[in-house]
Amino acid sequence: MSVDEKAVRRAARLARLAVPEDRLAPLAAELSGILAWVEQLNELDTQNVEPMTSVRPMRLYRRADVVTDGFYAEDIVKNAPRSEDNFFVVPKVVE
Amino acid sequence: MSESKMRGKLIEGVTGSWEVVIGLEVHAQVLSNAKLFSGASAAYGGAPNSHVSLVDAGMPGMLPVINEYCVEQAVRTGLGLNAQINKVSVFDRKNYFYPDLPQGYQISQFKQPIVGEGVVVVDLPGGESVEVGIERLHLEQDAGKSLHDQDPNATFVDLNRSGVALMEIVSRPDMRSSEEAAAYLKKLRAIVRYLGTCDGNMDEGSMRADVNVSVRRPGAALGTRCEIKNVNSMRFVAQAIEYEARRQIDVLEGGGSIHQETRLFDNKAGVTRPMRSKEEAHDYRYFPDPDLLPLEFDDAFIARIKATLPELPDAKKARFVSEYGLSPYDAGVLVAEREIAAYFEAAAKGRDAKAVANWVTGDLFAALNRDGKPIGESPVSADALGEMVGLIGDGTISGRIAKDVFVIMYETGERPAKIVEERGLRQVTDTGAISAAVDEVIASNPAKVEELAKKPKLIGWFVGEVMKKTQGKANPQAVNEALKAKLGHLLGE
Repeated sequence: MSVDEKAVRRAARLARLAVPEDRLAPLAAELSGILAWVEQLNELDTQNVEPMTSVRPMRLYRRADVVTDGFYAEDIVKNAPRSEDNFFVVPKVVE
Repeated sequence: MSESKMRGKLIEGVTGSWEVVIGLEVHAQVLSNAKLFSGASAAYGGAPNSHVSLVDAGMPGMLPVINEYCVEQAVRTGLGLNAQINKVSVFDRKNYFYPDLPQGYQISQFKQPIVGEGVVVVDLPGGESVEVGIERLHLEQDAGKSLHDQDPNATFVDLNRSGVALMEIVSRPDMRSSEEAAAYLKKLRAIVRYLGTCDGNMDEGSMRADVNVSVRRPGAALGTRCEIKNVNSMRFVAQAIEYEARRQIDVLEGGGSIHQETRLFDNKAGVTRPMRSKEEAHDYRYFPDPDLLPLEFDDAFIARIKATLPELPDAKKARFVSEYGLSPYDAGVLVAEREIAAYFEAAAKGRDAKAVANWVTGDLFAALNRDGKPIGESPVSADALGEMVGLIGDGTISGRIAKDVFVIMYETGERPAKIVEERGLRQVTDTGAISAAVDEVIASNPAKVEELAKKPKLIGWFVGEVMKKTQGKANPQAVNEALKAKLGHLLGE
C-alpha cells in the first residue's frame, strides 16, 4: 500500500496538522516506505493465530463504582488560555 | 397486503402511497455513581467542571480504568432486551475534534460490542404489538457540554458529562410509523427503568435518540435514509419522523433524490434541517484503544446478573392478565411504569382487582394528569384506594358516592372510612328508610304516578327523586326494587 499527496493532505487535515504543500510529496514517500516495511508482516501466515492483545496474558483491570476523584475545577481550567467561572472559554463554535 | 405483511400506515403522496421505514439509535445514560473510566462523579448537574478528573479532562499521561458496575449495567440491559451477551468485547477510539471532547477521541465500541442481537416487544396504542429487533448495544463515553449562549463570541465548555457512561442501543429498521417509533422508545424506557440501568429522564438528556428515516414504495427495497440527531422527547421523535417522511416524499415525487445526510430537528418550527456539516465528518478512523485490554467475563458473571433481574414489563403484563383477570390493554397501561404497577398491586391486595384497575387508570390518572403529578406524589395512597374499593365491595358506599369520596381523599389525603363516617356518606341499605322515602315521593307526586302508566320510562325520574331525598346515599338497587314493588302494577309487571 502506498499513499499519494492527496491521502497525506487528507490525513493531515483529519489530524488538524498544518502541512505545507512542498512537504506533501516527501511525506507521501516516507509514509509509503513505512507502510511497505510493515507490510512485510503479511508474508506470515496468521490464519490460525489469535490476535495478541498483551505481551503477558492479563485481565482488564476494573475499578469499583465509587466516586474517588474530581471536585477541583480550578485545577482543571488552570492551564486554559481563557476561562470564566471555571468554564473553559473557547472561540465560538456553532453548528 | 397479506403477502408483504404490511402494517403501520402508509402515507399518501401525489403519485401513490409510501411506506416510512424507521430505525432508532438511543443513547441511554448508565445509572452509576462514577464515570465509565474515571472515579469522578456521574451525577447530573454540579458546578462547572467539578465532576471532572484529570482523565476526563484528557490530561497527558492519564489512563482509563473501567468501572465494573457500568459493565454490569450494560449486561443487565442486554439481558432485559433478550439479547446475546458477548463475553469478549473491545473498546475502540472514535476520533474527531470538538471543544467538548478533550481527548480528541471518544472511547466507544465499534466492531465488537458488549451486547449483540436482541428483540423488544412493542405495545401499540390500539392493543396490538410488534417486535422490533435490536442490532447491538455498546458502551461509550459521553462528551462534555458546550454552551453557545453565554457570550456572543465565545463557547463555554463544561466537562462534567465528559466520560459519563452511555449505552448506545441500536434498533433494526423495523418501525413503520411515528407511532411505532414513539411506542418503541416508550417501551425501551420502561425496560431500562425497571432494570434500574438508566433513569430514562429525557429532560435531563439521560435518554436521547438519533432517528433514521427513509421512505419507499410498499414492498420495495429500502430507500436512502437521513439521520435526525439528538431528539430528546417522545413527542419530538414522532413529529420529526412525520415531517421528515413528508419532506422525503415531496423530494422524490418532485423528481429529486435523497442524499444521505445528518439533520437536526427544530422543535420550535417543527421541521428538520440539514446540519452545516463538514465534508469529512464521517471519517472517525476507529481503532482499538491501546490503553484498554479487551473486556472479558465468564458465564458466572452473566448468571449472577441474571439472578438479580426484576420482573420485566412483558412478564408483569402477562401476570396481571392471568392473576387479576385484567384486559391486556389495562394490564399494559399499568405496567408502563414500575411505580404504577407497584401502586396497583398494593391497592389490589385482597380487593376487587378489576375495580382497582379502573380506579387507578380512571379517576386517579385523571387527577394526577391534571396536576402534573407522578404516581409517587399521589395524595391518595395505594392502601387508601384499596380500602375505598373495599368499602364499595362490602356495600358501605355506592359507586356513585365513591366518586365523591375519592375527590375528598385526593384533596385532603384522609382515609376513606373516616370520610364516610364523618360526612355521613354511608349507603342507606335499610329497606325501611328507603321504603319510606319511596312512599313520600309517590305521595307528593300523584300526577307523575298517573303519567307513569303511559310512560314507563318515567321510572328513572322516580329513582332520581328518591336518591335526592337520601342525599345520594340510598343503594340504587334497593331503590329500584322498592319502586318496582310499589309501582310495578302500573308498569304492567
